[in-house]
Amino acid sequence: MTYIAKPKFHHPGLPKNELGYTHRDYEGKISTLCAGCGHDSITASIIEACYELSIEPHRVAKISGIGCSSKTPDYFLGNSHGFNSVHGRMPSVLTGANLANRDLIYLGVSGDGDSASIGFGQFAHSIRRGVNMTYIVENNGVYGLTKGQFSATADRGSKSKKGVTNTDNAIDLVAIALQLGASFVARSFSGDKTQLVPLIAAAIRHKGAAFIDVVSPCIAFNNHAGSTKSFDYVREHNDAVNRLDVLTGRDPITVDYAPGTVQMVEQHDGTRLALRKIDADYDANDRLAAMTFLQKHAAKGQVVTGLLYVDPDAEDLHAHLDTVETPLNSLEAKDLCPGTAALEKINASLR
Amino acid sequence: MPVQSPISSVNDFVVRFANVNGSGSASANELFARSILRHGVPVSPRNIFPSNIQGLPTWYEVRVTEEGHLGARGGVDLMVAMNPQTWDKDVASIEPGGYLFYDSTKPMPTSKFRADITVIGVPLTAITNSTYTDPRQRQLFKNIIYLGALCALLDLDPKLVEQLIGEQYKGKEKLLSSNVHALHLGRDWALQNLKCPIGLRVKKSDKVGDRIFMEGNSAAALGAVYGGATVCAWYPITPSSSVAEAFTSHCKKLRHDPETGKARYAIVQGEDELASIGIVIGASWNGARAFTATSGPGISLMTEFIGLSYFAEIPAVIMNIQRAGPSTGMPTRTQQCDIIACAYASHGDTKHILLFPEDPAEAFEFAAQSFDLADRLQTMIFLMLDLDIGMNHRLCRPLKWDDARQYDRGKVMTAQMLDEPGRDFGRYLDVDGDGIPYRTYPGTHPTKGSFFTRGTSRDRYARYSEEGAIYADNMQRLVRKFETAQDMVPRPLQANAAKPTKYGVIYFGSTAPAMDEAIGLLEARGHQLDRLRIRAFPFHSSVASFIADHDFVYVVEQNRDGQLRQLIVNENGIDPVRLVPILHYDGTPITARFIANAIGDHQDHLKVTPLRKAVS
Repeated sequence: MTYIAKPKFHHPGLPKNELGYTHRDYEGKISTLCAGCGHDSITASIIEACYELSIEPHRVAKISGIGCSSKTPDYFLGNSHGFNSVHGRMPSVLTGANLANRDLIYLGVSGDGDSASIGFGQFAHSIRRGVNMTYIVENNGVYGLTKGQFSATADRGSKSKKGVTNTDNAIDLVAIALQLGASFVARSFSGDKTQLVPLIAAAIRHKGAAFIDVVSPCIAFNNHAGSTKSFDYVREHNDAVNRLDVLTGRDPITVDYAPGTVQMVEQHDGTRLALRKIDADYDANDRLAAMTFLQKHAAKGQVVTGLLYVDPDAEDLHAHLDTVETPLNSLEAKDLCPGTAALEKINASLR
Repeated sequence: MPVQSPISSVNDFVVRFANVNGSGSASANELFARSILRHGVPVSPRNIFPSNIQGLPTWYEVRVTEEGHLGARGGVDLMVAMNPQTWDKDVASIEPGGYLFYDSTKPMPTSKFRADITVIGVPLTAITNSTYTDPRQRQLFKNIIYLGALCALLDLDPKLVEQLIGEQYKGKEKLLSSNVHALHLGRDWALQNLKCPIGLRVKKSDKVGDRIFMEGNSAAALGAVYGGATVCAWYPITPSSSVAEAFTSHCKKLRHDPETGKARYAIVQGEDELASIGIVIGASWNGARAFTATSGPGISLMTEFIGLSYFAEIPAVIMNIQRAGPSTGMPTRTQQCDIIACAYASHGDTKHILLFPEDPAEAFEFAAQSFDLADRLQTMIFLMLDLDIGMNHRLCRPLKWDDARQYDRGKVMTAQMLDEPGRDFGRYLDVDGDGIPYRTYPGTHPTKGSFFTRGTSRDRYARYSEEGAIYADNMQRLVRKFETAQDMVPRPLQANAAKPTKYGVIYFGSTAPAMDEAIGLLEARGHQLDRLRIRAFPFHSSVASFIADHDFVYVVEQNRDGQLRQLIVNENGIDPVRLVPILHYDGTPITARFIANAIGDHQDHLKVTPLRKAVS
């Protein structure tokens, strides 16, 4: 169960990142998910991305809703505050937390039931507001904790473990996020860590609403023939448009990219995203083209993955609200309370 | 029919304006109320309006009251009947001997009037149309013209009205002069053509003092500014929307960094009430002071999060501007009907803190205090206003603040404290015996003090647990914490009758002004009552002792089921027979007349006339 703590000792020779932290400093409690669960691979990727970016582990706030995916924040960044909130309501809780302290990194972890069904509205509205966050949906197309009901991302025509065919149309969160103005949109696969880790790193460094849909097979209820969210199906239909290298400020470009094969994107904080093109015509700066591309490939049954869209000049909710640089939670009475002199004036105006 | 002599009264009467919603009458009517205040005579105005933007009937009632009775009185002495749709009902509602003011441009059949009232006709449309050509101007200035006529009829000093218009249109000279012109147009016509003044008159007095004239919603919003709220998330719902709107306008004036001009606040209009309370809880979890404002239907939607706030112990403030329920109910009518819904909101065993301000001044104080209470008690605080306080201008004492006052941020462990040798941090550890644990803000310390917040059961160190004993231990601590709250929330205020009495009355919130006035009416009937105004839940021990000290106690409230009475019976184990419900719930504000009649009749029945005396 989630109260199981990992032993603290580790090999003295474990490599350290720029801040002197080892991988172990980014880990959490032992997972209670099923052995082989795709979500645990995503947890490992989050740990890897945070390690590589040399993030202070306690400067991350991990927020989730309810469900298998929402349990995972307990399994990484054990020195961070986590909030396992209410089913489908992670986006609002994260929005509020972000308003209170703009200086932390916000990692929202959710599932397809949490974000595409009960919390579809909150997903949509947090994206449209441009909350500065990394919003990861661990998407397995099924309700695991309640034992195998279809979720809203299950494809029409796919079969449940019990053999029932899904007759409802699927919600593609990536397509919706693009339409709602997310300034960073990606899709990946829990079984492809080399693709996923840099996507998470780039999303964390993105200032704005960054959304990653990670197809993450449910080993217990959605990994059979007839499922479109199984390991086999996704491997066969994975259509990656690009591969990403995240280059932080100090990194020199050591890789020699052949001309025309790479799209360089520089984000606000100086992070450079080197997109190695797999599909030569794919432009990750073109929202409209991305939407069309997704629709065309979805119609062919392909699962398009990679960094699908990024707006390097994105603004976040704090910019829209023009809030002070100091986190609101550290303002004191002297900054907030107008005092008696102002009150006397107000009284006088009400007579 | 006997001849009814016209009502004659100075500084004590009720004027009601019957208008059409959206006709621009509101500002003229408010000007009328303010003009009387400038004469040093207290007024108590009330908006009676429909859930509608344009076209339906709306009324504005001004009680002129030298004695300072600020509750609704009931009855109308002068009806300004500007709405043909409601003419019959409006005319019928005038007290015998009262006055009817109407637009006499078109002749009306005599059957449309009453013989026992004084009818005052002013050809408003004719005057307006001969002066203005623009339809919108005709509409707006017609309101000012009737205000001018009322000036003459009620003997108002036109200089004081002009002064108010001057303040309102400061810097907009053209609007100023045209409004003053319209005022005199009406006044002059009345002086030349009618017998002025009528029996109802306003005479200069000195009964207003330094009091201010303010809406409760605006006062509560200002309390949030003074109380240090930095995050407000809300979803529009009558009658609470003006709280968030007022908070926005107060913040624009008072909360910008003087150097950078940037905002020291964040206001988000949520997509619904669930998101609004979610944002509030997220912000509070992260150490900001946050609130939402809503009404009954919003409370229903928020209840899952309210339970999370209770169980995971996250501070939050909800301002509930109550309206008549259930369901959509009467969205623009007042009630005190969410007492039980808020006190026990959410599934499982929960109890929440409720504050009951009586007027805007208390709404301001309690709003500011609610953030200290939320932080100190790490739980949800409900500020329970209602439409009557929230959306009407109320004369109240000036707002006060102490510049030495510091915010009580409650038990928050800092990085320095976490590093103290021997310091044990357990998020749900009751170190002081008051049921209140320490919390840490996210991002405080690299290796200490982090915890996982969850709505599931957990032990004292915030570790997930489904052990029965651990769960029960936590639930008991929450009870202890609620007991601690009893001495922190505003205490009840007691006022004893002039003579010793066996009977008492309990009341709260917007009932206060009507209750205060009813005491005088009851005394005149020979009934003495001690009174206790409850200002918060959990109830202070003085509530139980007040009940114990009296044979029985009336509980006056504005809902059908006697919700406060139920809460007292339930929480204090009181025999229900000892609490007599006095209930008013038709959506109009409770009146002194209603209370005095209901209690008076009950008291009269108690008086046993000896049989010998009765037959002799």
